[in-house]
Amino acid sequence: MYGEVLGGLAEGLRRLGGAVTGGISKLGYASRFLFAVLWHSPQAFRRIQLTLREIYFAGVLSLVIILMSGMFVGMVLSLQGYETLKRYGADEQLGILVALALVRELGPVIAGLLFASRAGSAITAEIGLMKTTEQLAAMEMMAVDPLARVIAPRFWGGVISLPLLAALFSAFGIFGGYIVGVRLIGIDSGAFWGQMQAGVDFWPDVTNGIIKSVVFAVAVSLIAVFEGYDSKPTAEGVSTATTRTVVISSLAILALDFVMTVFMFRGAGT
Amino acid sequence: MPDAPSAVPHALQNQTGDRRGPAVELIDVSFAYDQRPVLRGITMRVPRGKIVAIMGGSGCGKTTILRLIGGQLKPRSGKVLVAGQSVPDLDADALYHLRRKFGMLFQFGALFTDMSVFENIAFPMREHTDLSEELIRDLVLIKLHAVGLRGAAGLMPAELSGGMARRVALARAIALDPMVVMYDEPFAGLDPISLGVVGQLIRKLNDALGITSVVVTHDVYESLKIVDYLCFVSEGRIVASGTADEVRASADSYVRQFVDGEPDGPVPFHYPAQPYAKELLTHVR
Amino acid sequence: MNRSAIDLWVGIFVAIGLGAIVFLALKVGNLVTIGNEPGYRLEARFDNIGGLKLRAPVKAAGVVVGRVESIRLDAKSYEAVVTMRIDRGYEFIKDTIAAINTSGLLGEVYISLDAGGDTAVLKDGERIAKTQSAVVMEKLISQFLFDKASEAGGNKK
Repeated sequence: MYGEVLGGLAEGLRRLGGAVTGGISKLGYASRFLFAVLWHSPQAFRRIQLTLREIYFAGVLSLVIILMSGMFVGMVLSLQGYETLKRYGADEQLGILVALALVRELGPVIAGLLFASRAGSAITAEIGLMKTTEQLAAMEMMAVDPLARVIAPRFWGGVISLPLLAALFSAFGIFGGYIVGVRLIGIDSGAFWGQMQAGVDFWPDVTNGIIKSVVFAVAVSLIAVFEGYDSKPTAEGVSTATTRTVVISSLAILALDFVMTVFMFRGAGT
Repeated sequence: MPDAPSAVPHALQNQTGDRRGPAVELIDVSFAYDQRPVLRGITMRVPRGKIVAIMGGSGCGKTTILRLIGGQLKPRSGKVLVAGQSVPDLDADALYHLRRKFGMLFQFGALFTDMSVFENIAFPMREHTDLSEELIRDLVLIKLHAVGLRGAAGLMPAELSGGMARRVALARAIALDPMVVMYDEPFAGLDPISLGVVGQLIRKLNDALGITSVVVTHDVYESLKIVDYLCFVSEGRIVASGTADEVRASADSYVRQFVDGEPDGPVPFHYPAQPYAKELLTHVR
Repeated sequence: MNRSAIDLWVGIFVAIGLGAIVFLALKVGNLVTIGNEPGYRLEARFDNIGGLKLRAPVKAAGVVVGRVESIRLDAKSYEAVVTMRIDRGYEFIKDTIAAINTSGLLGEVYISLDAGGDTAVLKDGERIAKTQSAVVMEKLISQFLFDKASEAGGNKK
């Protein structure tokens, strides 16, 4: 009986060790992959058509969900924020509340999460499917490097698209906040915009938001192309890879957001 | 020396025909996926201008041989030579140049699904040559005409039937007039008419363009109609080989089982298991 | 999807994306109001700056005329040395009083400049002589309690 328990423990430890070393070696593999993608990037820009096409599929096709979500988030922020601010007689600060929340945090983060779910998973599925149907192998055999022709354009398409989408999310969110705050609730329009402009600084608020969205863009795009390239060439393999992209991207965004916020806004009080 | 069938067929051993040497040569090649050995000492020669079929049961390593020739895999031991060059030792640049002389027909075609038929065939031309668009257009139509699909140039791969997709992939494989063309299960899943068409195309294009073809398949009937030599692979070794006539007349039990399609023989019907009566009579908890 | 259509949509996308960034920078943030005019520096020393932060506004008659550029402690005199950057369009005379105020009870802390009566004008790098430190709530309360206590003590006599 004890033998069984010990055996089970040993097996569990072995699996855990295997998972940890497996995870670490996958991290190393992913880093090498990133370098390889960057190395093959010049072609993605020389033949700009490839990258433009990917910006279309990743960015333009995400516009609807990003703009609508941005607007709704801004409107809700305005509604919720008003109730609380009114209690302290600070309802004229609504503009700052909505703008800072969006520009510093919600814009980059929510746009990043939405992008990972919509565009990230699509990229992973597309690359995974190309792998399964041997299209990538066919390219290799035709002496065309799939990293340069297929992977790098999709990576850069994501890196260019997400910061723009995050800015649009924030902008539409502020617009939504304006609609609810000024038009619906009746806060003074001048106070709304004036307080906002006084309270939101280009450095550090807007620029840090942009930096965050760029970091998220690199993370999500890298995870998306990596999971697709690394997927098992079966139907289940592609499905697993797509799920992994969404889950790992989301976790990465939230973790990176925390780390960056600590560095960026720790000194915001001084 | 055990009495094993000759690894190099007599016909090939005596072949002096092409003085420039064989197009593809494998010498005592071994390969394993992680711990699982797949090829154990394969030696074969493919003379220029000939069609050689590599046959064997599923999972016996036939596709691995193609990947070794194409440089996608490196052998554990032995030599892989293409036109005299050792493929595993080539650097990225040299491998790139070598692959431009290859054409490969993948199982089920592997056409690029986001491009039309025309663009699929134009792809290698656009990537590797500086030809003008008019010239490329003419070349693409010529290749399509050779496989009988010139009218389908504007279709997307999703709109093609299996046989048509296979033919388009064949046209793409010969787009740059390669030296060696490799076929991975070209007959898999085709209807009888398409089988005949693909088989005839492989033979005709091989002779017309002077290419060397390596065909991996387990369709005995079609292969015997068109190939020059066959090699049988079982458990990582070449167990039999010869010309089409030699194979048809062969007395080797493996070859006979394969050619005649016998369910039982050197490749057993039953997966290894407990004795039948014993298993039925034992109670399973 | 043909090439020209893709180009068009990508162009529109990038244009409105950059437009959003510009909107955020100008309309939402205050990129234009800061550093529009290079401005000049004025220095002021306080016993206590209270909750004054970097980039806090400097106002005269309620109008923002500049920003707090740096705050440091003079180790010898234990005074807070505040450097302000004033927009070039404004001039202040030598006996201006710089006071640290709070806008409202919970509002932000800023420096207000009240004009004096001199004729000479402050130049770049010069120091404002008269300052009024921030009102620190704890000192106010303890002062109040002290007064109350001494009042009660006085009454008892």
